[in-house]
Amino acid sequence: MSNEATLHGHPEVTTHDVHLDEHGVHHHKETFITKYVFSQDHKMIAKQFLITGMVWAILGALMSVLFRLQLGYPDTTFPWLEDILGSKWAKGGHIQPEFYYALVTMHGTVLVFFVLTGGLSGTFANFLIPLQVGARDMASPFLNMLSYWFFFTASIVMLSSLFVESGPASGGWTTYVPLSALADASDGSRAGMDLWISSMALFVVSSLLGGLNYISTILNLRTKGMSMTRLPLTIWAILFTAILGVLSFPVLLSGLILLLFDRHAGTSFYLDKIFIASTQQALPNEGGSAILYQHLFWFLGHPEVYIIILPAMGLVSEVMAVNSRKPIFGYMAMVGSLFAICVLAFLVWAHHMFVTGLNPLLGSVFVLLTLLIAIPSAIKVFNWLTTLWRGNLRFTPGMLFAIGFVSMFISGGLTGIFLGNSTLDIQLHDTYFVIAHFHIVMGVSGMLGMFAGIYHWFPKMYGRYLNNTMAYIHFWVTFVGAYLIFWPMHYEGLAGMPRRYLTYSNWISFNQFADLNKFISTVAMVVFAVQLLFVFNFFYSIFKGRRVVSQNPWGSTTLEWTAPIRPGHGNWPGEIPEVHRWAYDYAKDGREFIPQTEPLGSNESAH
Amino acid sequence: MILERNSQVNDQRKKIHPHKFTLWVALGSIIMMFAGLTSAYIVKRNMGGWTGFPFPRAFWYSSAVILVSSLTVQMSLRAFRDREMQKYRNLITVTAVLGLLFVFLQWLGFRSIWNSGITLHGSGAGQFLYVIAGLHAVHVLAGVVALIVMFIRAYSARIRSYDSTPVELMSTYWHFVDLLWLYLFIFFMSIN
Repeated sequence: MSNEATLHGHPEVTTHDVHLDEHGVHHHKETFITKYVFSQDHKMIAKQFLITGMVWAILGALMSVLFRLQLGYPDTTFPWLEDILGSKWAKGGHIQPEFYYALVTMHGTVLVFFVLTGGLSGTFANFLIPLQVGARDMASPFLNMLSYWFFFTASIVMLSSLFVESGPASGGWTTYVPLSALADASDGSRAGMDLWISSMALFVVSSLLGGLNYISTILNLRTKGMSMTRLPLTIWAILFTAILGVLSFPVLLSGLILLLFDRHAGTSFYLDKIFIASTQQALPNEGGSAILYQHLFWFLGHPEVYIIILPAMGLVSEVMAVNSRKPIFGYMAMVGSLFAICVLAFLVWAHHMFVTGLNPLLGSVFVLLTLLIAIPSAIKVFNWLTTLWRGNLRFTPGMLFAIGFVSMFISGGLTGIFLGNSTLDIQLHDTYFVIAHFHIVMGVSGMLGMFAGIYHWFPKMYGRYLNNTMAYIHFWVTFVGAYLIFWPMHYEGLAGMPRRYLTYSNWISFNQFADLNKFISTVAMVVFAVQLLFVFNFFYSIFKGRRVVSQNPWGSTTLEWTAPIRPGHGNWPGEIPEVHRWAYDYAKDGREFIPQTEPLGSNESAH
Repeated sequence: MILERNSQVNDQRKKIHPHKFTLWVALGSIIMMFAGLTSAYIVKRNMGGWTGFPFPRAFWYSSAVILVSSLTVQMSLRAFRDREMQKYRNLITVTAVLGLLFVFLQWLGFRSIWNSGITLHGSGAGQFLYVIAGLHAVHVLAGVVALIVMFIRAYSARIRSYDSTPVELMSTYWHFVDLLWLYLFIFFMSIN
């Protein structure tokens, strides 16, 4: 079972069948600890990632509700806030500026890294890769377990930063220098920032261990007959996600190591000629470059948004084909566009830095490369719509979330074209327009894609269904609510309303938005409440949900539905199924679907 | 189960061992980390306040040491394949000692730069060198730890292994940190 067994594989074992009786079925001893805590089963690790991600999602969303309370009702006092949070953070029932900055910083960090990277990739890469490529487990189950526990430790460190006296990191989730490098510049740049860096370093290690495993499992452990072009699109998407992560996270780590030296060792990689008002002191640091940090940060930061969206795209493609009862439209174009996005992801990072004094010529190169992303994105959208077109649609909750994803991705993608232009960016940079853009195209889309995946594969994970009524309420309120929250922000942004401000009441020009902000905040609270309904549905259904009685409840072609309803460690009793066709044989030869394991008929040619 | 998977890998697909493949991807990841740091160095060099450092002689010696250690790790792999276990154990011991010697020489090099007045205060080549070469030394030390683990395994009577994969993984990693240092050596020598 252990890693050693793989390392010291016995060379005398030459055929599949010899060891079937001993190893096909799993009767190794499992204690509570090895089954639920330090598990090396990819399915359990996936569930651990999912539930940890859900805890983070609730916390992160709660933070947004708190700061929306401030933004929507800047003049109202909420004495209960002081009761809960104490007088340091919410004096007199008002959210204090330091706390507000801490909230927006942690909201971003938590959602981007812990929910939509750890929670999303961690869950579905772990769960789906071995099941869909036809492997017993990951290439290295041990590294996989380590990956989760590094994630868990990173979570604990980040969580603990909320409770240190000077508060958590509060310079924004990008932790730009010099603010993040100087403890005297802001309370959040004291212990909270060190914990932030430590937590992120652990998170990077977790991502790398996971990513290495995902890549080598997909490329090396596919079952017989599973050629790359027979893989479901989920696996392709996860493969490109993992490649992005493995190549970009180390660069973030480099940047953070230099930041750590600037903070504690007196180096000046990022610091140059600084006078701190709070201590009335000029710093000795000279020669550093704050822009250098931004380059290093965004070299990860931009691929990071594709690390979030690519798995969601993969999940949506699969859920959509299954529930349209049609092959995915343009399979190779889907793979090609994923590849194109993966390459372009590394070539556009400076579009986050148009207003840093970037050379305009260089800027125009980045504009061009950025706008090029519209092409693969449009290919994907076209293919999703043509998959739906004249399909035999089944509006399962997973399918609704998948369609919602496409809607959000289009809406958010269009504003990306605005922001990708360096000239327009002068007006739009750091306004609510940017907030609206990335929340719709990355945040909400990512979440909807994740929900599509959870609703679709929950029966495989737990052998039970989620409650449909709660699911439909969850979908419609979330979907409509997300548009109601973020659509109006475009108008605020176009009017020049800057992001990250505690209050706008000092600007007469933004007073017109007071009611709009109140509206947005109210909707945000409703949407948050509905997420709690989903959480209830999730845990209730694990124990009390309707049981899955058939092996393949969605009528899907892929391999995971050939495994038992509640697969043990090793996934398939007996031999791993052999694959004879691609993953999208729906509505073919008068049949609703043909599983990948079915041999080709005499009238068929290989796909 | 794992055995079955192994047979599946070795006999059906005739592919690279998944652990070896994982290592290659991991090396790509480490390359990106050092690429990030050395490109930061180049960007920073073109800005004001850049200072160089006297190139220490110790780095020449350390380069020679790590080159020799690459040779010994390769010889240990061959010894393992030929089932010459005593020779194998001796050679990985020599490799580990050379690894430690390398780190010691790096430290001597750092000290000579430090004594020339280049401390952590500042933003020039010296400060970058401490961070970059320091991180490289950490990677070498990680290799030494792995060698010690393999050394203990080679002496353990209970584990009798005939699979050369771990030794191959080790030697690949060791050659990698060797090449990485040679890159950094040439980098710091030519762009100072």
